[in-house]
Amino acid sequence: MTMDRRTLLKGAAAAGAGAAALAVRPAEASSERPVAPPNAYGMLYDATRCIGCRACVTACKAANNLPGNLYDPPNDLSGDTKNIIKLYESDGEQSYMKQQCMHCIDPGCVNACMIGAFKKRELGIITWDPDRCIGCRYCQVACPYEIPKFQWDTAIPKIVKCELCHHIIVDPQTGEYKEGTQPGCCQACPKQAVIFGTYVDLLADAKQRIADHPERYYPAGDPQIFGDTEGGGTQVLYLAGVDFEKLGLPVLGDEGVAAQARSIQHGIYKGFIAPVALYGILGAVIWRNRRAEKKGGSDE
Amino acid sequence: MGRRVERFSVPDGSPHEEGLGRRDFVKACMMAAAAVGLPASVGLQWAEAAEAGLKPSVIWLHFQECTGCTESLLRTSHPGIAELILDLISLDYCETLAAAAGYQIEDALHQAMETNAGKYVCVVEGAIPRKDGGIYCQIGGRTAIDILEDVASKAAAVVAIGSCASWGGIPSADPNPTDCAGAPQILEGTTVVTIPGCPANPYNFLGTVLQFVALGSLPALDDKGRPLFAYGRTIHEQCPRRAHFDAGRFVRQFGDEGHRLGYCLYAMGCKGPETHANCSVMSFGEIPDAWPIGVGHPCFGCTEQTVGFRKPQFEAATLPEGAVPPIHPDHRASPSAAAAGVAGLVGGAVVGAGLMASKKMSEGGSEEGSS
Repeated sequence: MTMDRRTLLKGAAAAGAGAAALAVRPAEASSERPVAPPNAYGMLYDATRCIGCRACVTACKAANNLPGNLYDPPNDLSGDTKNIIKLYESDGEQSYMKQQCMHCIDPGCVNACMIGAFKKRELGIITWDPDRCIGCRYCQVACPYEIPKFQWDTAIPKIVKCELCHHIIVDPQTGEYKEGTQPGCCQACPKQAVIFGTYVDLLADAKQRIADHPERYYPAGDPQIFGDTEGGGTQVLYLAGVDFEKLGLPVLGDEGVAAQARSIQHGIYKGFIAPVALYGILGAVIWRNRRAEKKGGSDE
Repeated sequence: MGRRVERFSVPDGSPHEEGLGRRDFVKACMMAAAAVGLPASVGLQWAEAAEAGLKPSVIWLHFQECTGCTESLLRTSHPGIAELILDLISLDYCETLAAAAGYQIEDALHQAMETNAGKYVCVVEGAIPRKDGGIYCQIGGRTAIDILEDVASKAAAVVAIGSCASWGGIPSADPNPTDCAGAPQILEGTTVVTIPGCPANPYNFLGTVLQFVALGSLPALDDKGRPLFAYGRTIHEQCPRRAHFDAGRFVRQFGDEGHRLGYCLYAMGCKGPETHANCSVMSFGEIPDAWPIGVGHPCFGCTEQTVGFRKPQFEAATLPEGAVPPIHPDHRASPSAAAAGVAGLVGGAVVGAGLMASKKMSEGGSEEGSS
């Protein structure tokens, strides 16, 4: 995984050449909806089951070897916290909320990362590669859930976000799911408020819960699963008894932010017309100015 | 119960066969005062009052209850029940402890009320039924409501012991067949000191009653009439397992490893976070850890009207405010005055330099233009 300067520069040069070649081709695939990889795994968080004990927050720190005082729990995602439990409380309405990476099917961070440090890898898990990262923090801007965090207080900072305990659940040899393993948070939850499983199973489970107890879930009458279609779909799914927006989840269309960004970028470069036109006009202006200058100079 | 002037006897063969001497008696009184958090001088006052035959009169009423609170009181040792009812107070009416019965005991009640009108302490144990005119609890042909209103009207202070007398307790649990309530609901407008608990910790009761009889004052109370010295904090605040809560270590099932290691019981439905009581710091019956959490069972909220016998045992308690961060935590650091001053100076310098620079540039430009 490690990468030296030479390889990085080579890669960057190749990527630049590739991008130039690709740009000539018409924009593709932006109209087609991305689907979860066939072996995608994820999590299902049911806010109506959560009791706010924060066992998952501690377990996450232990599983990922993150710093922090055991007896002084964090209050937000940060450079040393990948998972957090929060509480929404207003007008007698109350719900806990778990925040961590959503492992989008079409991730904004991967799309924004110019150097390929963010990747959607085995089981659909989005990981971050410290050897590639150049610290531009575009991923922070690109994420609609504001998940990637930057270690502002260290000399060699890292991007910190949930990687679904990739190091625990993926067999490094085969790249397959290691049977019987779970991310730290799912293992610790005493109420099974957050469970781990394949994306397909979790989606079916969530639908079954809604079918069994439609009165428990938001919105009343037609309960929804957040992440089923939102933002192009996420491998971490949410069920809640209150409005998802109140729990800090953004209102997204069915199209992912990555798809939106791609359509804009690819639109601009479509057929390479816009760049050619822009540089053509600039060139014409320069040419005209230089001619005028020469003329003026010869007059004197 | 008659006044007792002679020293109380001790078992045969004990070093003080002839009875307790004055010195020992004063010592016992002082220890009793210390045990319930009162100054030693109060112990001396009791001893003197007892010797002068001026023991405060107490009338103890029993209604819908299991007598568990009386049973707990019988098992205290500082003061023991013998010292309490024979030396410190004059227990004039108590159905559990009275030797008399029938007309005789009823007579004792009326006599005590007349003799000590406006001076006696009325202790209430048990809930009071209200349905169908309160006929579900009657003593000597009178309903509990009548007896309570009658006795309380001439009392110097009313103390409700146990959850039943404080707000209804078990008898008031859903569906509350007798529509019972606690003494404060029956005696609206009267100050009723409540000592909830199932059973109530006898020291919380003794501390309150003995302060009143010695100093004539009541301890500071919360909005539910509970003495703040005992009910000012939640179980969660002083829980010996609190560190495990903060560290996210929870019992997930009775008998699991976490349970054996003494982890936090919150995930098992412990009501400690919303229950005000001093169980963890005032050992019940002087036996350390003899309380639910001490023996590995979640607190069930017996002292809290909205919790005990109301909320299901395994339903999660409401956590105190701030225990879990809000959805959008406030990360703004409040700037210190010095930092604000420095920022102002720097900002001012930048603006000034900018102005000067633009001025110079425009001057330079005009010079160029003129040349």
